[in-house]
Amino acid sequence: MKILTCPMNGPRNIDEFQSFGPVRAEPDPDRTADADWSRHLFRAENRKGIVVEWWRHVPSNYFFLAERDLVTNEVLRTFDASERWAHP
Amino acid sequence: MPLRLLKYGLSRDYPVSGDIPATPDLKPSYDVVIVGGGGHGLACAHHLSKYHGISSVAVIEKGYLAGGNTARNTTTIRSNYITPEGIAFYKEAVELFEGLSQELDFNVMFSQRGQLTLAHTEATLRSFHSRAEMGKHLGTRTEVVDQKMVEELVPSLNMDYGGALEILGGLWHEDGGTARHDAVAWGYAAQASRRGVEIHQRTEVEGFEVVGDRVQSVKTSRGRIACGQVLIATGGMNYDVALMAGVELPIRCYPLQAMVTQPLKPWLHTLVSSVSLHTYLVQSSRGEIVIGGGSDPYQLYSTRSTLDMKEHLAEGAVHLFPFLQGVRLLRQWAGITDMTPDYSPIMGASPLQNLWLDCGWGTWGFKATPVAGKRMAETIAKGRVPDLLKPFALERFETFRLLNEMGATAASH
Repeated sequence: MKILTCPMNGPRNIDEFQSFGPVRAEPDPDRTADADWSRHLFRAENRKGIVVEWWRHVPSNYFFLAERDLVTNEVLRTFDASERWAHP
Repeated sequence: MPLRLLKYGLSRDYPVSGDIPATPDLKPSYDVVIVGGGGHGLACAHHLSKYHGISSVAVIEKGYLAGGNTARNTTTIRSNYITPEGIAFYKEAVELFEGLSQELDFNVMFSQRGQLTLAHTEATLRSFHSRAEMGKHLGTRTEVVDQKMVEELVPSLNMDYGGALEILGGLWHEDGGTARHDAVAWGYAAQASRRGVEIHQRTEVEGFEVVGDRVQSVKTSRGRIACGQVLIATGGMNYDVALMAGVELPIRCYPLQAMVTQPLKPWLHTLVSSVSLHTYLVQSSRGEIVIGGGSDPYQLYSTRSTLDMKEHLAEGAVHLFPFLQGVRLLRQWAGITDMTPDYSPIMGASPLQNLWLDCGWGTWGFKATPVAGKRMAETIAKGRVPDLLKPFALERFETFRLLNEMGATAASH
């Protein structure tokens, strides 16, 4: 069994989690050209290396971020989204 | 008998012939450099050399011949897709497979046994009707069958009457089948090398020298080669390789896991697939039951299998055929699939003038080997994308003309 540490619920079975893919920049729909909008929709980080991605703890519906190595599958850390966007 | 065999083996009348020559020295330049020595790249090399008179071709392979996804797929061949563009494309693939052993003078063991996809819900059955009508319209053999017909096609199937996963019907695709994956690659490699194509194994592409909007040369671990045209056909490595040329593809990589059981006597004639269980089974000509379809639920470049995915596949297989419960697993593996947002491939032009793409093959690449090879060769030779491939252009993501084939597979993504 794989364990993922949820920042709110602590270490849990990975079956309780759902991956939502790498964090993407959120473009402003009013100011974004079609090409950039397509890029936002269809291109996600896929380089071999460490990716920051969204995960959800399904039973508590809590979304958080994880840093994971796409080659070794090692989760380096998980943290609350407020940590990334602490200064709006 | 042993003595006769020895005599035959040592006889000068039957010299040992290697189908695929050893890796030669790299030349300074080639008309076409194909990155990736899997089925697709080799098929393209065959078509370039046989039908377009281009034999100054180098196939560059990082590992050994056809050792990537060509070796890891579960060999399903079918054309029961959703979109007219997809069906027309895969239909040509099936037709080419029908004549492939003749074309290559190599037995690819094509076995057109038919594929049955099972519906456990009314919603799935409704989607089957739409697929069947589209398939018939485009001239493929695809029809919706009822419970009685499913029982007749696969008598050993657990129908689960009254249960949570009762089989309500199926999509019966008579054109479906399998072929020996290695033989397909070897056949193409043998034909291509006979016509002067060079296959460079254990040669890694390390980068591209791009000048303006053209690839000037390909940097490899064995030296630099100048190139007229370049094709990227590297399966799970497509994202990485294209990025070396500055082309960022809309691809995310996921491992896809499969496994085979010990050999059993022949009992499963058709290919059986369940969309709800994310499981498909086929009995190989060796008698092994090939069980596939488990995509890991997050992006990853690791080809290590996971216990939960194997358990999931076993659970699906045992549900459909309960008597498989005591059967042992023989091998298990994973391959990296280069998934596109709409589950259709990316073929044709790239932002660079002489760089061509045969990418985004996700979980549907093996069946397309002959048609992708044939049509990409045509594209490279004529410098023009044929109508059949136009819908699969990279630009479709910028023009929002996606080809959604997400529901056309039982793989769990």
